[in-house]
Amino acid sequence: MQITPNRLTWLSILRMMIGWHFLYEGIVKIFSDNWTAYGYLITSEGFLSSFFNSLATNEGVLGFVSFLNQWGLVLIGLGLFLGVFTRISCYAGALLLLFYYLCHPPFIGIDYTFGVEGNYLFIDKNLIELITLIVLSLFPTGKHLGLDRLIFGPIKSL
Amino acid sequence: MMGKNKIKRRDILKGIVSLPFLGALGWAAGRDYKIYNDSKKEKIDFLNKLDIDITLPEELQGTGPEKLSLGIVGIGIRGTQLLQALGFMHPDEMKDWEQNQPQRLQAFLEQEDMNVRITGVCDLFKHRTDLAVESTSRNGHQPKVFNTYKELCESPEIDAVVIATTDLWHVPIALAALKSGKHVYIEKPLTHKLSEVYKLRQAVQESGKVLQLGHHQRQNQSFVTAQDIVNKGVLGHINLVETSTNRNDDNGAWQYNMYEEFPDEMIDWDQYINGYYDIPFNREYFFRWRKYWKFGSGLTGDLLSHAYDSINCILNMGIPKYMVASGGIYTHRDGRVVPDVLQATMEFPDYIRKFSQEKGKEKGMTLLYTASLGNQFNRNTKFMGHDGTMELGGDIYIYPDAQSTQYKEYLENNSIQPEEPIFYFDPSSQSQIDIVTSATTKYFADKGLLMDFRNGRAVDVTHMHIKEWINSIRTGRKPSCSIDEGFEEAITCIMATLATKTGRRVEWDHENEEMAIEGMRNPDFDELLVI
Repeated sequence: MQITPNRLTWLSILRMMIGWHFLYEGIVKIFSDNWTAYGYLITSEGFLSSFFNSLATNEGVLGFVSFLNQWGLVLIGLGLFLGVFTRISCYAGALLLLFYYLCHPPFIGIDYTFGVEGNYLFIDKNLIELITLIVLSLFPTGKHLGLDRLIFGPIKSL
Repeated sequence: MMGKNKIKRRDILKGIVSLPFLGALGWAAGRDYKIYNDSKKEKIDFLNKLDIDITLPEELQGTGPEKLSLGIVGIGIRGTQLLQALGFMHPDEMKDWEQNQPQRLQAFLEQEDMNVRITGVCDLFKHRTDLAVESTSRNGHQPKVFNTYKELCESPEIDAVVIATTDLWHVPIALAALKSGKHVYIEKPLTHKLSEVYKLRQAVQESGKVLQLGHHQRQNQSFVTAQDIVNKGVLGHINLVETSTNRNDDNGAWQYNMYEEFPDEMIDWDQYINGYYDIPFNREYFFRWRKYWKFGSGLTGDLLSHAYDSINCILNMGIPKYMVASGGIYTHRDGRVVPDVLQATMEFPDYIRKFSQEKGKEKGMTLLYTASLGNQFNRNTKFMGHDGTMELGGDIYIYPDAQSTQYKEYLENNSIQPEEPIFYFDPSSQSQIDIVTSATTKYFADKGLLMDFRNGRAVDVTHMHIKEWINSIRTGRKPSCSIDEGFEEAITCIMATLATKTGRRVEWDHENEEMAIEGMRNPDFDELLVI
């Protein structure tokens, strides 16, 4: 099987859509007054909940985590959307999603009252987006449709 | 050359292909934000119109240059808590809190040092005076143990007296203290009998001393804010208020520890009944006195008193004109004579405040109190007005009424909805302090009887209340639950007890300050209260 321009175009569109999602999540958080990660972290469940709770209860740490999340989302979003430093953006996005997944893991017996709009067991949308980013990291989509093409040059073999 | 250029142009196009979409995202996000912002601005404008004040009440200072010497009479559960509020905790208790309630201990340790010392302690159970001496001895100073309250009240080494005895003894001790020129902090209910209410008020007025009644929930931020809400007419004409008590454990039903491991001789029974009754020694009567009219006042004196005073603190409506009440013993059939389920309806036909309707629809209010000691469902207090309903628990919600006159315009253009709160206030938000440990503790916390928050820090409201008393002694300022509020509380509680016991409507004549029971000519009120 070959990596054809057509296939890479569709993978690039997928990458841009995830980029749009990250970017908008980040923008909303930056523009809402007094947004913090408190609510998200304090409602954490699962085997790492005490770790996430501890991030929420320390004011200094909470401020740092909130800032990191807001701007992390924006930067990763821009990276994916524009296809710049694509592979590192994919990894960073996957890492962030791993945190989200572990903060509210859809494991057996865990019931979420707030903030969940569907029904999940082990697999949720965070995990699917995470795996998608891993898949995208394996393809040079930024060098096909993205600023990486201008920085690192186009893919030679195509 | 030509070919190279051609590739470059295509590279640029493919490189920046997503940029136009970025512009689209920017535009869409901008629009979305504007819509969000406009609706937020509308809400803020509306809130500004309501003009509810949520600033913290002035934090009073307890300390002063001169050391204040206090005596305490009655050092049971409540007396011990009052000593803690004054800054004195038993070392064993401190160890227990360190293990089980570290945050409460933290709050205790952060309490202001009010420059007071305990110079006299008095209790009829020797074990308790022993503990109190251990709790209050500091830097070589030890309190004197008095065998009778009279000696304590007369002692020149005491400036002020804290009273936390059975209801039966509140007034005799308060009168003795005032007679000797001491200030008084007295637990609720103010009195046990009707005749005592008048006597005590007169004694306080004549002495010029400071009396504070122990309704510490008055110190809560949410109560102060609720007061402001009512005074500004946010709810319109309030015509019905519902308040309640729900507890469902032994401690909440007054099944207190009877210290069976200590011999009868350690209890001064003769003094306990002296001048009132001729009954043989009875541990139940001594330790679980709240269950018997002879010594306590059941739900009316213990909990209706708090509920009523909370409402009176917010509405300032005074004594009801009529009181109807009934109740029964439906869970704790353990020989008690006071009901464990009770409801009391209080009528205030002349209650009138700021209103939005035409004249004629603005007068009169009912206060309904219901209580169960066999269920602990948490019910918020509801203030129901023509323009809105306020729910008060640890926090405050206000819902607009669909038929409101004052908010008609806002309801019509859908900027507010009857089902959605137009105001929410949680004094504890941002301070993630879990201080609630047991079911009865949870009840106390929800009714504002345990902890409040100042700048994100948990503070014991009893500490703030007793501090207000100390501050009043030092500065001459009137405390928030003085003899005037106490008089209203005492009369109301007595009306409720009498209505429950007789099954008849009790009436208060505001002008002549006289009580009457429907269908009874010249009843002996005091006798009816204790039998």
